[in-house]
Amino acid sequence: MVENIDLSLVDWSRGQFALTAIYHWIFVPLTLGLSFILAIMETIYVRTGREEWKRITKFWMTLFGVNFAIGVATGIILEFEFGTNWSNYSWFVGDIFGAPLAIEGIMAFFLESTFIAVMFFGWNKVGKKFHLTSTWLVAIGANLSALWILVANAWMQYPVGTQFNPDLARNEMMNFWDVFLSPVAVNKFIHTITSGFVLGSLFVVGVSSWFLLKKRESGMAKKSILVASIFGLVSGLMLVYSGDGSARLIARIQPVKFASLEGLYKGREGAGLLAFGILIPAKETSGRKIHEVKLKLEIPNLLSYMATGSWKAYVPGIHDLIDGNAERGIMPAQEKMKRGLVARETLAAMKESRDKGDTAAYQALKAKFYDKDFMENYFSYFGYSFLNEPGSLVPNVPLTFYSFHLMVGLGFYFLLLFFVFIVLVWFNKLDNKRILLWLAVFTIPLAYVASEAGWIVAELGRQPWVVQDLLPTVAAVSHINASSVQVTFLLFAFIFTGLLIAEIGIMIKQIKIGPKEGGK
Amino acid sequence: MFETLSHAALQEYWWAIMSLLGGFLVFLLFVQGGQTLLYTLGKTETERTLLVNSLGRKWEFTFTTLVTFGGAFFASFPLFYSTSFGGAYWVWIIILFCFVIQAVAYEYRSKPNNVFGSGTYENFLFINGALGTFLLGVAVATFFTGSKFSVDFSNITHASDTAISRWETGTHGLEALLNLQNLALGLAVFFLARVLAILYFMNNVEEENIGKRARKHLILNAVPLVLFFLFFVIRLLLIKGFAVDPVSGEVSLEPYKYLHNLIQVPVLAVLFLGGTALVLFGIIRPVLKTTTAGIWFAGTGTVLVVFSLFALAGYNHTAYYPSTFDLQSSLTIHNSSSSKYTLTAMSYVSLLVPVVFAYIFIAWRSINNKKIDTGEVKNESHVY
Repeated sequence: MVENIDLSLVDWSRGQFALTAIYHWIFVPLTLGLSFILAIMETIYVRTGREEWKRITKFWMTLFGVNFAIGVATGIILEFEFGTNWSNYSWFVGDIFGAPLAIEGIMAFFLESTFIAVMFFGWNKVGKKFHLTSTWLVAIGANLSALWILVANAWMQYPVGTQFNPDLARNEMMNFWDVFLSPVAVNKFIHTITSGFVLGSLFVVGVSSWFLLKKRESGMAKKSILVASIFGLVSGLMLVYSGDGSARLIARIQPVKFASLEGLYKGREGAGLLAFGILIPAKETSGRKIHEVKLKLEIPNLLSYMATGSWKAYVPGIHDLIDGNAERGIMPAQEKMKRGLVARETLAAMKESRDKGDTAAYQALKAKFYDKDFMENYFSYFGYSFLNEPGSLVPNVPLTFYSFHLMVGLGFYFLLLFFVFIVLVWFNKLDNKRILLWLAVFTIPLAYVASEAGWIVAELGRQPWVVQDLLPTVAAVSHINASSVQVTFLLFAFIFTGLLIAEIGIMIKQIKIGPKEGGK
Repeated sequence: MFETLSHAALQEYWWAIMSLLGGFLVFLLFVQGGQTLLYTLGKTETERTLLVNSLGRKWEFTFTTLVTFGGAFFASFPLFYSTSFGGAYWVWIIILFCFVIQAVAYEYRSKPNNVFGSGTYENFLFINGALGTFLLGVAVATFFTGSKFSVDFSNITHASDTAISRWETGTHGLEALLNLQNLALGLAVFFLARVLAILYFMNNVEEENIGKRARKHLILNAVPLVLFFLFFVIRLLLIKGFAVDPVSGEVSLEPYKYLHNLIQVPVLAVLFLGGTALVLFGIIRPVLKTTTAGIWFAGTGTVLVVFSLFALAGYNHTAYYPSTFDLQSSLTIHNSSSSKYTLTAMSYVSLLVPVVFAYIFIAWRSINNKKIDTGEVKNESHVY
C-alpha cells in the first residue's frame, strides 16, 4: 500500500488536469458542432448559388475562428501533461496510449490546420467546390482528432488488447484493432461528438434567437435556426441512443461508477431510475460516509433495464461492490487488494531474482505473467494493491450523481427545444415568441453545463483509477513537489481565465456586429 | 511490410522519423523568429499588420508539428516522455506556456473588444518567439550534455513513492540554463529562427521598406547565429559523449564520441556539413544578389542540420538522453522505445506522412501563390 506518497501532490496534479480538461472542453464541443454546421450551410450555398448563404456561412465562420484558437491553446497542455504530471502513467501504458496521440497529430491536426487556412483565406482564391471541400475537411479533421483522443480515453476506462511486460513494468499493445474498436471507444466517440453537435446547434439557435429578439437579420436567423435545429435534433437522438449504450457498458465494466450515478448503496432487483432526488448525508454505514436520496421520483425498473436490458435484473450497490456480496458472487474489495498485492510482490520477487542472477527463479516468476489464470485472478487487480483502504474506491457520489442527472435532464430538454423550434420556424411563427427566444438564448450556457457534466461523470466517476483496476492516481503521478504543481495550477488558472474572458468579449462583440461586415 | 523488420530496425526507423520531425519543427520556428521582429521590421501599424498576417497563415503548421512531435515521441519512445517531461518539469511547462499564449494571439490581436488590447497579444507573440525558441534549443542541447535523473522499473513494486523516473535536482530542468553549451544552442536556435523569418519575409511579403530593413537585419542576426552555433559545435566535437556497449548495453563516457560518430557514419558528416553550407548559402545569396529565394536553401539546410544532430545523439551506439547522475539510467533508442508491435503499427501510420505533405502543398499552392501585400490584407475578410 502507498503510505508515504504526498497526497497533496496527487490532489494538485488531479486538480491541474481537471482544470485544463474543463477549460479545453469549454471550446472543443463548439468546434466539433459548428464545423459541421458551417459545412452544411456552405453546401447549401454551393448547391443553390444564393449569396445570402455565403454571408450566413461567413458570419458563423468568424465565430468559429475565435473559438477554435483558444481550443488549440488549451489542448496542447493536455497532451504534454500526461508526461509532466503523470510520468509513471506515461511509462506504464505509453506503449498503448501514445499511439492514438501520435495518430491524432498526423491524421487529424494537419488536416484541420491545413484546410482551415483555405477555409478562411481561400474565398476569393479557390473555386467554390475546392472551398467547400476544405470546409468539410476541417469538420472531418476536428472530429477525427476527437476520435483518437477518445480512443485513448476509452482505453483508460476499459483496458483491452494489451499484455503486461514484467521486465519493463509496462503494458504493451497486442492488438491495435481491439484498442481502436473497443465497444467503449466506439460508444464514447459517438456520444461525445454528438454532444458537441448538440452544443453547436444550441449555440447557433441561441445566437440566432438573439437576432430575432433584436429584430435584426431575421432571414439569416431563421435559416440558421432551421439548419441548426434539424442538425441538433438528429444529433440529439443519436446522443440519447449512445448514452443508453454507454450506461450498459459502465454497468458492466465500471459498476462502482454506475452505482454512484444513482446514489445506489444497496443493490436490488428491478431497480428504478431516479427522475429526481436530493442527496442528504446519512449515518455512516460499513465505516464510510453515505448519502440518502430524499424527495425521490423514481421510474420503476428502468435502472435495471439500463444496466442489463432486463427489467428485473439485479443491480449491485456501492456497499455490495466494496464489501462484497457472496450471494451475488461479488468479490470484496479487500480481497482484490490482497490479490493485487500478490501480483505486485510477484513482480518484485521476479526482479530480485533477476538481480541476484537466480535464473531459474526469475524464469518461473516471469512465466506467471504469461499465465492466464494468474493474470485474470491476480494481475487484473494490480492497481488495488496501491490503495490504502477499500473506501477509496468510492468516487464523490454527490458530484457524480448530480452531474449525471443534470446531463440527462438537460439532454431531453434540448431535444424538446429543437423540436419546438423546427415546428415554429417551419410554420413561420417564431418572431413573436419572445419568451421562447429568450429561453433559447439562456440555453446556451446550459448546453455547456450539460457538456461539462458529462465529463465529470466520466472522469470523476471512475476515481481512483487512471487505468481501470490497474493503476490508481497515487501510483501514476510524477516525482515532483506539490508546490511546483500548485504554482503551475495557478499559472494556468490565471491565463485560461484571462483568455476565456477575452474570448467571450470578442465573441459577444462579433455577434453584435453581425454578418453585414462579414465579421471583419 | 514492417512486420519483417527487427525491433532494433524499427527503433532506428522511428529515431529517423523523430529526427526529421525535429528538423521540420526547427525550420518552422521561423514563425516564432518573425514574431520577435514585428517592431524591428515593421515601423508602422500597416507594416506590422502585414507581417503578422504573413506569419498568421503559417503559425498553425509550427504548432501542429510541435504537437505531432510530442505525440510521436510518446508513441515511439515513451520512456523519454515520462522521464523528460515529468523530470525537467519547469523547462517544458514554460515552453508550453509560451505556445498557449501564442495560439490565441493571432486570432485575437486585431479583434474589437479583445479585453487586453492588441499590444498584449503582440507581447504574447514576442514571448513565444523569444523564450519558446531559446528554451527548445536548451532542451535539445541536453541530449548531448546530459541531465541528472534516474530510471528504475522496480520502483513500481514499492510500497511507497512508486515513480519509475526521478529527476535528481530540485530545480527540475532549470539547471540546464547553467551550462554554457546548452545556452549556446538555445541562443543559436533563437537567432536561427530570426534569420529564417527574415528570409521568409523577403520571400512572402511585397513591401519595399520591409524588404530593405530585412536585408539589413539579416546580417545582424546571422553573425550571432554563426558564433553561437560554432561554439556549440566545437564543444560538441571535443566533449566526452555517452557511448553504449552494443552487447551489454552498458553506458560509458567516451572522449570525442560525437566526433567519432561523424567519422564512423560519414553520411551524417555529409548531411551536417551540407546542411550548414545550405544555411550559409541561403543567408549570403540574398545579401549579394537581388533574390528572395534564400528561405528555401536555409530552410532545407536547417532540416538537414537538425536531422543530423538528432542522428548524432541517437545512432552509432549513443545514449540520446544521457543521465549524468546515473550513467546506466541514460536513455537509448533501444531501451526507451515502444514494443515491436506498437512500432510496427505506428510505422504503417507513418506512411501517411507523404500524403500529408502532398495536401499541404496543394492547399498552399492554391491560396499562397503570390506575395502578400497591403492591398490583399485590406480586402481580406479574415485579418489577424
